[in-house]
Amino acid sequence: MAYEWDFSPVLANAPLLAEGLANTLKITGTALVCGVVLGLALALLRLSPRRFLSWPAGFVIEVFRTTPPLVQLFWFFFALPILVGIEMTPFVAGAVTFSIQSASFFAEVFRAGIQSIERGQWDGARAIGMRHDQAMRRIILPQAVKRMIPAFMERAIELMKTTTLIATISYADLLFAANEVSQKTFRPLETYTVVALIYFVVIFLASQIARLVELRLARSGESTVH
Amino acid sequence: MTILNVTGLTKRFGATDVLRGIDLDVQRGERIAILGASGSGKSTLLRCLNFMERPGGGTIALDGQVLGREGKAGERVYREAELIQVRQRVGMVFQQFNLFPHMTAIGNVMEGLRTVRGMPKPEAEARARKELARVGLAEKAETYPAHLSGGQKQRVAIARALAMDPEMLLFDEPTSALDPELVGEVLNVILALAKEGRTMLLVTHELGFAYHVATRVIFLADGAIHEQGTPDEVLKNPKKERTRAFLASHKQFSF
Repeated sequence: MAYEWDFSPVLANAPLLAEGLANTLKITGTALVCGVVLGLALALLRLSPRRFLSWPAGFVIEVFRTTPPLVQLFWFFFALPILVGIEMTPFVAGAVTFSIQSASFFAEVFRAGIQSIERGQWDGARAIGMRHDQAMRRIILPQAVKRMIPAFMERAIELMKTTTLIATISYADLLFAANEVSQKTFRPLETYTVVALIYFVVIFLASQIARLVELRLARSGESTVH
Repeated sequence: MTILNVTGLTKRFGATDVLRGIDLDVQRGERIAILGASGSGKSTLLRCLNFMERPGGGTIALDGQVLGREGKAGERVYREAELIQVRQRVGMVFQQFNLFPHMTAIGNVMEGLRTVRGMPKPEAEARARKELARVGLAEKAETYPAHLSGGQKQRVAIARALAMDPEMLLFDEPTSALDPELVGEVLNVILALAKEGRTMLLVTHELGFAYHVATRVIFLADGAIHEQGTPDEVLKNPKKERTRAFLASHKQFSF
């Protein structure tokens, strides 16, 4: 028996899916921005020669890299309020979880990028009297960033997919909207096909843009030729 | 007039004593060539002088000012701020150039002026152009290091060091990474600096150049000064057996 595809009930609910997509982009964008800032901070702390800075940073990174994101989300949404007595909205709980979680992965990407820069670059910077932070900002990071982009994009895509977990705590993201539409229309096959397609298009476009940025950076004068 | 005074300088890496008590006075305008077999500690000595490596023991005085202060266990403790000042006064040129690949030639030369000195851009740019012209690379100002030859890279690196107005220059095997046909252009720039009467310490394997440019030659062996004197004394009439052996091995195929 052949399945009769009918996308019209799903398309009739397009506004619902559009709202879900907007929310998915909102949570992803928030976690991405916070994750990058926090991740850079964690990476710099972890690289510090001072153990009271590097050790806690390493601890946070390892904890969030080695526990399932769904457990982390539940912990922030259900468990933390019991401890501190603050109720979080699903969005805030998701933003906090995914920010720290992605920051932990970004931190490792950043750290690897920073450590891939030859010692001679530090020598060159220090020899003209630069402080550590000046050398990091002006000499090391600009070179490291180019090397980080591929691994960074990988993590950013992973982040967008991970945010689907937020549907489990009733935040109206794209997956949550899909559940609703599928129940309303009795068309799960069409609904989830459309939703998969939406994720594919968004992530594919984003990764193409990243590739362009990467190419442009590589062409901007410097290359790895020595 | 003494610009640099080194007393009992030691340095160890792990279980290896790389420097075993170096005493060295450098007068203003002196040009000292430092020779020695690989592993004799010559690069480490140079790197200790501008604190790219922290000295293990002993003292270093710049212009009569002893650097650092005495720590609890008698060791010397250095503040980063103090070392940053020293590095601006003692410029360094590396074997591997260490140019910043993401900046143009002029960007490299300006970097210290802008970031460390906080000099306004037009002023820093004018100064950087002057330094690039001095090393004969005025027309390569906008070129990235990846598109420069080894000799040109090293000349940019020299311009970068000069831009900071150092009172003393350290050259760590500046021509060792170059193809033979590019060595001359770099040595010519160093020669011109010598003629200006700049104070410089030069670790090199170019014995002929050392002979013509240096006012003093130091031969290092096993982390200590084995023999020193004028170029004529050390290079032509070495007194010590190890110096003779070293020179013989270097001159083996000369004609």
